Amino acid sequence: MDYFIELFFSGLTRGSIYALIALGYTMVYGIIGLINFAHGEIYMIGAFTAFIVATVLSIYGFPLLAIVVIAGVAAVVWSSSYAYTIEKIAYKPLRHAPRLSPLISAIGMSIFLQNYVLLAQTSDFLPFPALIPEFAFMEPIAHIVGSSDLVILITTFIVMIILTIIIKFSKIGKAMRATAQDRMMATLVGINVNSVISATFIVGSALAAIGGLLIASHIGQINFYIGFIAGIKAFTAAVLGGIGSIPGAVLGSLILGLTESFATGYVSSDYEDVFAFSLLVLILIFKPSGLLGKTTNQKV
Amino acid sequence: MKLSLSGTLFSVAACAVIALSVPSASSAGDTIKFGVAGPHSGDLASYGLPSINAAKLVIDKINAKGGINGKKIEMLVEDDVCKPEIATNTATKLVSDGVDVVLGHICSGATKAAMPIYKDAGILVMSPSATSDELTLSGDYPNFFRTIAPNAAQSPAMVDFAINKLGFTKIAVIHDKGDYGKPLAEGAKKYIEEGGKAKVVLFEGITPGAMDYSAIVQKIKKSGADVVIFGGYHPEASKIVTIMKKKRLKTAFVSDDGVKDDTFIKVAGKAAEGVYTAGPQDNSTNAMATDAKKEHKAAFKKDPGAFFEGAYAATIAMLNAIEKADSTKLEDLKKVLQTEKVATPVGDVSFDKNGDAIGVGFSMYVVKDGKYVVVK
Repeated sequence: MDYFIELFFSGLTRGSIYALIALGYTMVYGIIGLINFAHGEIYMIGAFTAFIVATVLSIYGFPLLAIVVIAGVAAVVWSSSYAYTIEKIAYKPLRHAPRLSPLISAIGMSIFLQNYVLLAQTSDFLPFPALIPEFAFMEPIAHIVGSSDLVILITTFIVMIILTIIIKFSKIGKAMRATAQDRMMATLVGINVNSVISATFIVGSALAAIGGLLIASHIGQINFYIGFIAGIKAFTAAVLGGIGSIPGAVLGSLILGLTESFATGYVSSDYEDVFAFSLLVLILIFKPSGLLGKTTNQKV
Repeated sequence: MKLSLSGTLFSVAACAVIALSVPSASSAGDTIKFGVAGPHSGDLASYGLPSINAAKLVIDKINAKGGINGKKIEMLVEDDVCKPEIATNTATKLVSDGVDVVLGHICSGATKAAMPIYKDAGILVMSPSATSDELTLSGDYPNFFRTIAPNAAQSPAMVDFAINKLGFTKIAVIHDKGDYGKPLAEGAKKYIEEGGKAKVVLFEGITPGAMDYSAIVQKIKKSGADVVIFGGYHPEASKIVTIMKKKRLKTAFVSDDGVKDDTFIKVAGKAAEGVYTAGPQDNSTNAMATDAKKEHKAAFKKDPGAFFEGAYAATIAMLNAIEKADSTKLEDLKKVLQTEKVATPVGDVSFDKNGDAIGVGFSMYVVKDGKYVVVK
C-alpha cells in the first residue's frame, strides 16, 4: 500500500507540473486557435531567470524565503515579457494568415529561443539551487512525499484557484471568455481583442515560469533543452483533456502524470512513454475532442 | 627501457637478418616506416595530436641509439580529422607509401572505416583510443590491436567492484536505453547472473531527459536492492541520485565513465558524494607513465593530453614486436604481441587473441569532497 501511495504522489507531482505548462497551451489555443510551440521555451526561460536571480541573491546572503519570492517574481515578469514580445513579433502579423503560418512561426520561435539560450548561457547542465527547503515536519514521511512534492502540489492548487477566479469573475476573464467564443462579436461589443490576447499570453507564461522554478528546484538541474520535452508532454496533456478547456488541461495533466508513474511502478519504465501515448491515442479514438473538450466544427 | 638493444640480442637479431633476409615488399627500404593516423586538425585534434608527440618521443630515443636491428625508424603522419570518409583516404595513402605499422586511428568510427584497407595490405594497426567492441570482439579485424580497454570490459569492472569490493548481493541494473548505456547494462546483468554470487533484482530502462525519476527511484526502493548499477550519462545519473537522496534511499550507486565527468559533481552536489564510477585506468603510480609525461613536458613545454600514455605504450609495443620478430610481417608481429609482455606506461602488457591489451582496464573512483578519488 505504501508503494501505491508513493507512486500516486510522484504521479500527482509530475501531473501538477504538466498542468502549469498545459494551461498556457490550452488558453492560447482557446483564444486564437494557435498551438504555441514556443511555450515550452517560455518555461525554460522562466527556469533560467529564476536560476540567475537566485544565484546572485544567494551570493549576497539573502534569506531563503526572500530569494524564492524575488526569483519567482523575476521569472514571472521576465517570461511574461518574452511571451508578450513573441506574440507581437511572431503571431500578431499572421493573425489573418492561413492557420499553418502561425504554427510554423511558433516552431521557428521555439528553435530560435532554444539556440538563443544555448549561445547566451551554456550548453552544459547547470546546478539549480535548492529553493525549496527540507521541512522538519515532513521528515517522518520524507520517503513517501518530499517537501518539494508538497510545495509543488500546494502551489499548483493555489494557482489553479486564482486562475479560476480570474477567468470566472474578473473583467479581463470575462473578456477572455468572450474572445474565445467569438472574436468578431467580442470586437463589436467593444472588447479590445489585441490586449485580451496579450493578457492571455502573459497569464499563460506566468504559470509556465512558476512551473519552471518549481520543477528546476525539485530535480536540481537545468539546461537549454528542458523546455522541449516538458512542452511536448504538457501539450499531450492539454490535448488529452480537450485543448481549449481549462479544467480539461488540469485533468489531462494529472491523468498523464499518474499514468506515467503507475506504468513505471507496476509495469516497466521502459514503457513509460508507450503507456502515456497509447492512452492519448485511445482517448482520441473514442472522444476526438479530448476528455472535456467541446465538439466544434473545425479548429486546425 | 626494454627496447634498448642488449649486445647478445643484437647479434642474434643480426644473424637472423642475414639468415632470413628475404625482404618483403613493404619493408624493402632500409627504414622502418611507422605510420601515425588520427585527427590532427579540426575540433577533435586534441585527441590525435598527443599520439604524434608520443610516437616522436619513443622513436627519437630509439633512432638515437641506432634504430631497430640497424634500421632507422621513419614517421609518416596522416590526418583523418576523425571522419570515416577521410580515414579511408588516409589509410590508402599510408599503404601506398609502404608503411609497416600504424599507430591509430583515434576515433572508433574512423578506425572501422580504415581497417579493411590495412587488413588487405596485411599491416598491423594499434590504436590508443578506439573503444568500440566490434573492432576486436567481432573478429573481423585480425590486424587490429589496442592499448585501451573496450567498452565491454566496463561492465565486469563495475560488477566485480560492486560484488567483491563493496560486498553487495542485491543489484538493480538501470540504463538509459541508449547505444552506450544499454549494452553496458546488459553486459552487467549477464555477468552478474553468470557469476551467481549476486542477484539482479531489477533491470529497467529509463527515458533520457524525462522530467523526473521519482517513480523509478520508488521502484528501486521496493526491489530491495542494496546497489544500483547505472549505464548511461551524467545528466540522468545526477537526477537519479538527487531524487534518491530526497527519498532518503541509502542504496549505493555504481556507474560508468559516461558519468565520470566534473559536471556530474557540479550538478548533483551533495548527492554525488559517495557515488562510484568507472573510469580509464589510473596510471599515476606507474613510473614509466610519469617519466613519459616528464619527457613530454621537457620536449614540448606542455602537458601531454588525452590518450598520450596509450599511444606511448602502443608505440613501444609495436616497435618491440618488430625488434623481437625482426620482421614487419603481420603474423610474426602478432605472435610476439600475443606471447610476450612488454613494459609500457599503461603497465606490463601483452595482447589477447582478439587484440585487446591484457591488464589494461578501468579503475573505480568514488566522489569524495567534490572530487573523483581512485578506490584502491
